[in-house]
Amino acid sequence: MLDFLKPPVLTIQEFFQLTGRVILNLPRRPHYFKDIVLQMDIIGVGSLPIVLLTGFFSGVVMALQMSRALQTYGAVSQTGPIVAITLVREMGPVLTAIAAAGRNAAGIASELGSMKVTEQIDAMRALGTDPIQKLVKPRLIATCVMLPCLTAIADFVGMLGGFMIATLLLHLTSAEYWNGAYRALAYDDVVQGLLKPFVYAIVISLVGCFYGLRTRGGTQGVGLATTQAVVVSIVWIFVLNAFITKIFVSI
Amino acid sequence: MGESVLRFEHVTVAFDGDPAIEDVSFSIDAGESRVILGAAASGKTVILKTALGLLRPDEGRVLLFGKDITVLAEQDLYDLRARAGMLFQESALFDSLTIEENVAYPLENQKLVDVPNEQVRPRVAEALRFVELEHTLDKLPSELSGGMRRRVGIARANVTAPQLVLYDSPTAGLDPITANNIMALIVKERDLRHATTIIVTQRFQDGQIMAKYRYNASGKTLERAGSNGSGAVQGLKFLVMKEGRLVFEGSEEELQQSRDAYISKFVLRH
Repeated sequence: MLDFLKPPVLTIQEFFQLTGRVILNLPRRPHYFKDIVLQMDIIGVGSLPIVLLTGFFSGVVMALQMSRALQTYGAVSQTGPIVAITLVREMGPVLTAIAAAGRNAAGIASELGSMKVTEQIDAMRALGTDPIQKLVKPRLIATCVMLPCLTAIADFVGMLGGFMIATLLLHLTSAEYWNGAYRALAYDDVVQGLLKPFVYAIVISLVGCFYGLRTRGGTQGVGLATTQAVVVSIVWIFVLNAFITKIFVSI
Repeated sequence: MGESVLRFEHVTVAFDGDPAIEDVSFSIDAGESRVILGAAASGKTVILKTALGLLRPDEGRVLLFGKDITVLAEQDLYDLRARAGMLFQESALFDSLTIEENVAYPLENQKLVDVPNEQVRPRVAEALRFVELEHTLDKLPSELSGGMRRRVGIARANVTAPQLVLYDSPTAGLDPITANNIMALIVKERDLRHATTIIVTQRFQDGQIMAKYRYNASGKTLERAGSNGSGAVQGLKFLVMKEGRLVFEGSEEELQQSRDAYISKFVLRH
């Protein structure tokens, strides 16, 4: 009767098995530093253009939307604080993570999936390398290092976008905008803004690796794994965002 | 009779409840050869992957170099795998690495293979010279033909001089001339290093080359076993797989004399 629950439960079980193996392997040698640096370049530097664009225009849109509402109360000068808080707490981490999921979870799943269906993963194991160490660990570490950095960059360019609107259209002074933004941000906003991308990085890299490594069939299987990796990681980003936000709101 | 290199004891491997191989038992001693014949999806590749612990049996035991690998953790299997080489069906070369990096991979990554850095390149060049591809060092696998990729796969499987070499359908999808060249390389590798060799194939001719030919090191050619004073090929057996079950094990003569409908049809067809 409950047979329909078996596949999702099995998937979750296998995902946590992979997670457990990765955690156990984190301190183990070899560490493949070259692969970690390569992945940091692909995931971090490679994602920079999309993160800059999404971050900047998020700030622009945020300032434009808020200015309309704030004008009603004659509080346009509050644009800086509102843009800063919204970007650092929510928009920066979530939008950067979604951009990273679309780009990197898909990239990881398709790369590992192609390796799986062409027996390169088996060859790796036969030739003395643990795919968890060689493929999963570098991607996890690289994403965990780079996503918080990308989020900080997205937050900053978003505030720049807001600053552009505030000064050019809303005629605020530079000091009004930046002082307001700086004063509005509390310590826990920054903690929250950097903790979230760290958690999302774990989700994006592990979900990408998980679906890549369990790919079956040929090119169709690779396509399916890629789609699943993106969809699942984005859903988890939103779910975890709600949980983390709830925790910080309660604090 | 040498030491048993690989032993299958009533091994069953199933995928989603469907057995890919069922109750398979055989063994191979050091220096011997096995030719595993069978139609598509008869479980041949599963046997090779199970032999190296890449697949875990649902039932039975697999002893590799005398150790029961069915109870070993993945981490503990790497030392045993370092003593074996494998050519995968479609070569399974790492497509983002050059040919040199592919062949150097086992030398640089297998813990038991202790090769100083300065000796890696000469060893790779030597392995590629063996398969007559020393000019491809800087190329990517995608720049080579199917037959050349297969030869690189043979070089990668043998570069560490492993005691056991497994070849998964080395001639599949190749034209007859290239296929015979590949088989000649496998015989050469077997006879020069006296490696224990298992080859999985659909072509009976591949088995016949293994059984009837030897590599003459002085003449650098293949010649019929027994001619020019060379001895007959010893310790070679044929195994036939049918729908996941081992239905025959014996010499080439016994295989050809078999009256079993499947086996005789299989042999005659080729």
